[in-house]
Amino acid sequence: MSAVDLRTLPGEAGMVEAPRRRWLPFSPWHFLLLPIATVMLTPLVWVVMTSLETLEQTRHFPPILWPGSFQWANYPNAFNSVAFGRWFWNTTVVTTTVVASNLILCSLAAYGFARIRFWGRGVAFFFLLATLMVPVQVVLIPTFLIVKQMHLLNTLGALIVPNLANVFGIFLLTQFFRTLPVELEEAARIDGASRLKVLFGIVLPLSLPALTTLAVIQFMWTWNDFLWPLVTIYKENAFTLQLGLMSFQGSHANDTNLLMAGNVMSMLPMLLLFIAAQRYFVRGIATQGLKG
Amino acid sequence: MSEVTFEHVSKVFPGGTVAVEDLSLDVADGEFLILVGPSGCGKSTALRMVAGLERISTGGVFVDGVRINDVPPKDRDIAMVFQNYALYPHMTVERNLAFGLRQRRMPKSEVARRVTEVSSMLGLDALLKRRPGQLSGGQRQRVAMGRALVREPKAFLLDEPLSNLDAKLRVQMRAELKRLHHRLGITTIYVTHDQVEAMTLGERIAVMSTGRLHQIGVPQDVYDHPENVFVAGFIGSPPMNLLHGTATGGTVVAGSFSFSRSGIVDGPVTVGVRPEALRPAGAQDERRPSIEVLVEVVEPLGDEVLIHGSVDARVARSGAEIEEATLLADDSTRAPVTVRLDPDARPAPGERIPMVAEPEKVHLFDAESGRAIT
Repeated sequence: MSAVDLRTLPGEAGMVEAPRRRWLPFSPWHFLLLPIATVMLTPLVWVVMTSLETLEQTRHFPPILWPGSFQWANYPNAFNSVAFGRWFWNTTVVTTTVVASNLILCSLAAYGFARIRFWGRGVAFFFLLATLMVPVQVVLIPTFLIVKQMHLLNTLGALIVPNLANVFGIFLLTQFFRTLPVELEEAARIDGASRLKVLFGIVLPLSLPALTTLAVIQFMWTWNDFLWPLVTIYKENAFTLQLGLMSFQGSHANDTNLLMAGNVMSMLPMLLLFIAAQRYFVRGIATQGLKG
Repeated sequence: MSEVTFEHVSKVFPGGTVAVEDLSLDVADGEFLILVGPSGCGKSTALRMVAGLERISTGGVFVDGVRINDVPPKDRDIAMVFQNYALYPHMTVERNLAFGLRQRRMPKSEVARRVTEVSSMLGLDALLKRRPGQLSGGQRQRVAMGRALVREPKAFLLDEPLSNLDAKLRVQMRAELKRLHHRLGITTIYVTHDQVEAMTLGERIAVMSTGRLHQIGVPQDVYDHPENVFVAGFIGSPPMNLLHGTATGGTVVAGSFSFSRSGIVDGPVTVGVRPEALRPAGAQDERRPSIEVLVEVVEPLGDEVLIHGSVDARVARSGAEIEEATLLADDSTRAPVTVRLDPDARPAPGERIPMVAEPEKVHLFDAESGRAIT
C-alpha cells in the first residue's frame, strides 16, 4: 500500500491561545475566597498548635494560638501511650478495603443502571435512591443484628461488610457514566470488546474524576466513622483510630494536647490523599476523542 | 468483502416511533452504497442495525446470506466510523488503531504489521504516540478511518464521517475516501444527509425519508429520473423547482408556463424543472414553452451564476424542504425558482426574463401520490 499524503491538510496548525487579561496577578475571585479559606483553616491551625502545647497551655483562657516552645514530644507520647500503631493499621485495612470494594461494586451497579436496558431499571433505581432518605440511626439496630448473626462483632469484618457498596456511590457513578458519549462504548463493542471490557477498558479510565471523588469521599467517611465502630467494636485490639482517640479523653483525665497530636496524625493520610487526588476532581478527558 | 442485505427490515422504538419501515435493499460485494435523506429519515438507524447497535423489530439483515439479527456486534466483523469519530481519548493513536485487533487476540507481530501498514497508508505514522486530544479534526477523522481499516472487516459502515470537517477539508477527504474504496474494494454503506456527498461518492444511492426507501439507483439516474416528488426535491443542489400545474387534454399549465405532453391524464400535477434546465429565451425559442422569471437575487459563483427569483405560478412542496425556508418563501401567488446560468450572464435584480425549458426536461408528478408521471 502506498501512502496517501494527507499530512498537510488545512486546519492542522497548532492552536494559538488567546491572550489573557492580566490586570491583577491573581483572579479577583481571590478577594472572596481568601477570607473564606481563612475561616476554614483556622480550626485546623488551632488543632495543630494545640498538639504542640503543654497540657497547661491547652487549658489557658483565652486560648494560646502560638506557644513559645513547641512540644514535639507530644507526638511520640501520643503514639506510645496507646496502641496507636495497631489502631492505625486497623483503620487502614478497613478503609482501603471499603474504598476498593466501593469503587468496583458501585461501578458495576452504576454501569448497569446507566447503560444496560433491563425490566424495572427505573423503579429499582428509584428505590435505591429512596434509601438515601433513611437516616443512619434507623438502620443501626437492624444492621447490628445482621452483623451479630454473622458473628462479625469485634472484628474488622463488622466495619467492612455493611459498607462494601453504598447507594451514594452508585448514584454518583450512574450520573457520571450517563454523561460519557455512548459512541465510545459502541465503538468498543463493534471493535470486539465485551461489556466488562467496555467498562474496565473504556468507561472507568474516562471516569477518573468521578472515581477519585467517590474514593476520597468514601475514604473520609470510613476513616472518620465513629458511631458504627462504637456500636460494633468494644475490644481494644479491633479499635479504629477514631475509637482509640477517645482514650485521651476520659472522666478522670483529659490530655487535650495528646488528643490533638493523635488527631493530627490521624488526619495526615486524608490530607495526603486529598492533595494527590485534587487534580482529578475537575478535569475530565472524556470528550477529547470526539469531534474537534 | 461481503454482501449486505436488508430484507423487509423495520425498526419501531419504544413509544411507537417508526424509524425504519419495511426496508429492503441489497448492497453488492465491494459496492459503495449511500443512504441519503434528511435528518430523522431512519438512515442512521438502518446503519446501526447492521452494526448490531439497534435491535431489529421485524425483518432480517444478512451478511453473505447469514442472518445476523441476533449476532452480537463484536462477532459481526463489521467496522464503523462514527460522526464524532468516537476515538478512545485515554489511548494513543497507536492503541486506538490496535484496540480492535487486541480484542480479537491477534498475535502482537500481526497487530504491529497492520497498524504500521494502515498508519502509513493514511499518513498517521508521525502521530502514533499522540492522544486524540492532541489531534486536529482532520487527523481524528483519519484515525477513525484507520481504526476501521486496520481490522480488514467484511463491511464498512460510515455514519456522516465528514460532517464535522470544514468545507475545504471535506472536499479533500471525499476524494480520499473514494480513492481508498477504489484501492481496497470493501463493501461500504455510507450515511449522509448531504446530497452532494451522496452524488459524488456513491456507486448507488438510496434516498430515504420518514423511515421509507424512496428510490435506489446510480446517482445520475436518480438525479435524471426521480421516481417521486420527494426525491426530485431532495436530490440536486439547488433543488428542483416545483410548481403546481393542471393537465387538460394533453396540455399541462403551471401559471404562465404551458406545454403539451402526450398521454397525460387530466387532473392536478406537480411540474418540476431543474435549475439548469431553464435558460433565457432566444429568438429561436418562440415555439418553446416559456415562463417569465422575476430576478430577485443574483449569486455569481465563478463557474456559474445562480438566479433566485419568482414566477407567476403556485409553488408545490416535495417534503424535502428546510422548514424555515418554506416559511420564508410561502407566497401563494408567486413561486420561488432558482435558475443556473453561464458565468457571463449577469441579470440585474428586478429584471423580468422570459425563460424556456425543453419539454423533455420537465418532470411531471402526480399531485396526489407524488409519483413520477412517465
